[in-house]
Amino acid sequence: MLNNRYAIVVALAAIVAILPLTFPSSYYLRVASLVWVSAFAAIGLNVLMGKAGQVSLGHAAFFGIGAYSAAIGPAHFGLPSWASLVTGGFISGALAYFVGRPILRLKGHYLAIATLGFGVLVALVITTESRWTGGPDGMSVAKLTVFGWRASSATAWYWLSGAFLIAGAWIALNLDDTPTGRSFLALHDSEIAARVVGIDVAGLKLRAFVIAAVYGSIAGSLLAMMNGFVSPDQAGFQHSVELVTMVVLGGLGSIVGCVVGAAVLVVLPQLLTVFQEYENLMLGFIIIVSMVFMRDGIVPMARKLTVRP
Amino acid sequence: MSEFLQFSFSGLTVGAVYALVALGFTLIYNASDVVNFAQGEFVMLGGMVTVFTSAAGVPLPVAALVAICVAVVVGLLLYWLAIAPARGASAVSVIIITIGASIFLKGAAQVAFDKQFHKLPSFSGDAPIDVLGASIQSQSLWVLGGTAAAVLVLYVFLEKTLVGKAVLATSSSRLAARLVGINTSTIMALAFGGSAAIGAIAGILVTPITLTSYDVGTMMALKGFAAAMLGGMGNPLGAVVGGLLLGLLETLSAGYISSTYKDGFAFVVMLVILFAMPQGLLGRRTVDRV
Amino acid sequence: MILAVKDVGISFGALKAIDGVSFSVNEGQILSVIGPNGAGKTTLFNVISGVYVASRGGVELSGADVTGLAPEALAARGMSRTFQNLQIFQRMTVAENVMVGRHLKERRNFFADLLRLPSVGRQNRETRAAAVQFLDEVGLRDKADVLAGDLSYGGCKRLEIARALATEPRVLLLDEPAAGCNAVETEEIDRLICRVAQQGIAVVLVEHDMKLVMKISHRILVLDRGRFLAEGTPAEVRENPAVHEAYLGKRSSPQVQHA
Repeated sequence: MLNNRYAIVVALAAIVAILPLTFPSSYYLRVASLVWVSAFAAIGLNVLMGKAGQVSLGHAAFFGIGAYSAAIGPAHFGLPSWASLVTGGFISGALAYFVGRPILRLKGHYLAIATLGFGVLVALVITTESRWTGGPDGMSVAKLTVFGWRASSATAWYWLSGAFLIAGAWIALNLDDTPTGRSFLALHDSEIAARVVGIDVAGLKLRAFVIAAVYGSIAGSLLAMMNGFVSPDQAGFQHSVELVTMVVLGGLGSIVGCVVGAAVLVVLPQLLTVFQEYENLMLGFIIIVSMVFMRDGIVPMARKLTVRP
Repeated sequence: MSEFLQFSFSGLTVGAVYALVALGFTLIYNASDVVNFAQGEFVMLGGMVTVFTSAAGVPLPVAALVAICVAVVVGLLLYWLAIAPARGASAVSVIIITIGASIFLKGAAQVAFDKQFHKLPSFSGDAPIDVLGASIQSQSLWVLGGTAAAVLVLYVFLEKTLVGKAVLATSSSRLAARLVGINTSTIMALAFGGSAAIGAIAGILVTPITLTSYDVGTMMALKGFAAAMLGGMGNPLGAVVGGLLLGLLETLSAGYISSTYKDGFAFVVMLVILFAMPQGLLGRRTVDRV
Repeated sequence: MILAVKDVGISFGALKAIDGVSFSVNEGQILSVIGPNGAGKTTLFNVISGVYVASRGGVELSGADVTGLAPEALAARGMSRTFQNLQIFQRMTVAENVMVGRHLKERRNFFADLLRLPSVGRQNRETRAAAVQFLDEVGLRDKADVLAGDLSYGGCKRLEIARALATEPRVLLLDEPAAGCNAVETEEIDRLICRVAQQGIAVVLVEHDMKLVMKISHRILVLDRGRFLAEGTPAEVRENPAVHEAYLGKRSSPQVQHA
């Protein structure tokens, strides 16, 4: 298990390091950066869905909070971008903590619907409070400046988002083979048995929810600063669905799966930019096919196919 | 007072649409335990197909019929191609599948039609009717009347016909229904088709008032779902009560409290219900067996 | 008196699943709860172990009132249980299942886990060593790294017991530990339960296997349709005509007398 865990992080780092050598233009760097950021958010959501076995159909709310923190912090409060990222993370974590307590008492489709309702409400607030958020048209985001260095080139963002992804993956993988990691697995496999050995199941679910929220928020801030622009649909229902699909498509519980899922959902629309119109058709189709036929996800399926003697 | 009446009629009208969507949810949920997010797309199809068919020269009533048929076919295909093959998947997986289906249908509408808003002419003209000092559109009466008719037909079907009883049996216990020879997959397909028809009818009735476009489905589904939860998931009467109540509450609070957060109200209600009273107004509490 | 159950009752709607049941167990005692199907034995367990909330009555653990406490809280106070329908953690290994049982005995530091500080590795080794000892006790040591989902049925039953023992309980509730086991496995479980009781743990057992029950129990509680029917030593219960009637109808059969 030890070997596996570090191997994944090393492999991921290797891929991030080597990939740019194959890119003919900075456009590819931008797309890859988008994949790294989305995968980062997916890894956070995976802690909630894959490890703790819960579900959230409103996760983009936290992504949006992070994104708008990066926008509002500098624009309305004069806060430097990196501080806004941290603040956004705190706000998301705190919101997740307070909202999570009552929401996570629900199970199954009630939980799904409650998180959906929460997500829609957050997106609604973002869209409506236009004095702060620029309303439905969104607002622009100041570029990230750290110690005088301005992160604006595609290359800079590629490495920055890649670094975050590797760190995020490392932390999430760290949880495996620890008391917390075992508690998550126990919770997922049999909640009642976990309770009976003394695991504070409600607290554990909340912890997973907060972790996922913070990851999502950081991802949102990164994307906002990278694009220089935010809009309310980043917090919207459709984005929440995309995030869930990334986690499920890749393989619930698998870090590698999150990266694969993010890659599929980011790259495919880019490949078909000619067919901008067909974005919804494609997303819907991917969701249906992956949930119906590849219920375990791409990575576990591939694993099964390669293991066969 | 007349302002209150105005709001109330408005609220009941939109509430009637929510009630129909909620009824569609309930029918499918009862027959198959599926929470069908694509329900809103049936409403969208009802309106959009009617608009484009009648624009092609077909008389309005026939266009409406065509729209209903299209919706039913879509409902059946949804069941056969997306739901039935996923037998055994968890409840959450199936919800995600239906969400995927709703996004797919939205995309299909976007490509087949366009992204504009469209309107249908009011069935009996645009002249408002004066009721007790409130001015209401004649189309509102069509919506309320149509909803009442649909509810009545559904009630008669479920309680008085053999097929209807089979649907009730399937919703009560699928295994038991199969053991007495009911073909449950046909029943479930029927439920999907029926819900689609109900949704389409709602869409046709309300398009003269609220317009329609390729993406009205999502919000419609979410609010219809909130209505079903409010009334009690799985209870047809609850769906109707929940829908009307939600529409009333939404419009009244938009009128008297804040109109900017009008859409948010339904979700606040839904969250409150989920936290405080998950079985809704008319539902029953269930106990988990360990 | 480690565990005292006083006049406990629970209703589901109009159905009184348990109606006024009381009993107590001392350290090192084995109390078996028997009764015809539907008597409410598992429901009683669920009430005592906090899975259900009693409509009336109380439960005391070492003299302290623990009525209505959640299962996690009861675990912290020394109560543990197994499940009739097997609730093992399928996706973890046998050893990891028992390691989860050590949860309350571990020093829990979330941030150390997130960053995988050296203390986590040390703790893992300690926990695993303790887990392996419990596996030894139930005879599963050689299966430590097998995936729990791949274990035999009898093995799973013993795994649940090992996991429950890992919490170092003072009271252990076993829900049909020998169900579905063959004669050999049942013998092993029977010896295991006696060893557990010898360590001073109070054991409450729900079982249908009369031979097992009569052989190892110090006391037996008989329930019928949620109500108290009889209580006493195996000999007393065996002779009790009311018990015969509840199980077998008015005419009792030699099988019960010789069990």
